[in-house]
Amino acid sequence: MDDLIVRTVTKWIVPFIQVYGIFIILHGHISPGGGFSGGAVLGSSIILITLSLGYKKASGIISHSTSALLESGSIIWYVLIGIVGIISGNNFLTNRGAGFYMGEVGDVISSGMIPLITVAIGIKVASTVITLFHTIIEED
Amino acid sequence: MKKAFFIMTLVFLWGLMVASIIQMPTSGDINNPSYNITTHYYINKTIRDTNAPNIISAIINDYRAFDTLGEATVLFISIIAVSSVMKNTYLKKREEKGDH
Repeated sequence: MDDLIVRTVTKWIVPFIQVYGIFIILHGHISPGGGFSGGAVLGSSIILITLSLGYKKASGIISHSTSALLESGSIIWYVLIGIVGIISGNNFLTNRGAGFYMGEVGDVISSGMIPLITVAIGIKVASTVITLFHTIIEED
Repeated sequence: MKKAFFIMTLVFLWGLMVASIIQMPTSGDINNPSYNITTHYYINKTIRDTNAPNIISAIINDYRAFDTLGEATVLFISIIAVSSVMKNTYLKKREEKGDH
């Protein structure tokens, strides 16, 4: 869609969308939201770039191989966090017993493995949305 | 005749559905069967167990973390399926070589 208004509005609004997505992901254990919703916001910001500025610009920001790497890496990161629980002598995916930093209630860096898992899910969902859309767009 | 039987059956099924909906508990009532010991445990012990004020996030990412790992795996498998169908890199390589 080659339109001046759409391109300008996209350039102005995409940073705010991405900051909002990162906010939702990082505050997943404090406020409403979490990995799935924040990742969807992040992924749709890249879809907006693809639709208004073109596929080349979007693949310059996040290429196909980077997206695939993030997608596989985040699920490995999730499993590694779970294995920490096994190493410490507890069940798979143990939080407090595994010795994660619990912190104060309400801080961003607190409540052990919950923010780590939320970040992993956010990256996973965002890269899944981007990869799906770019794979379908590439065919044309 | 056939149409009348059809309408009669539909009315009977509608009556069955309405009767079962009337029997359902009110939404948000404190005497609901879903408001059981598990709910009380989550409301009372989430701060002690996880230090997270958001109980939903604590359930998804701590108490039911293995279920969320399964959801992430579903996403991963779906992207593998779409890539295997849409990205025909193998065929493109063979076309470049020239042996169809």
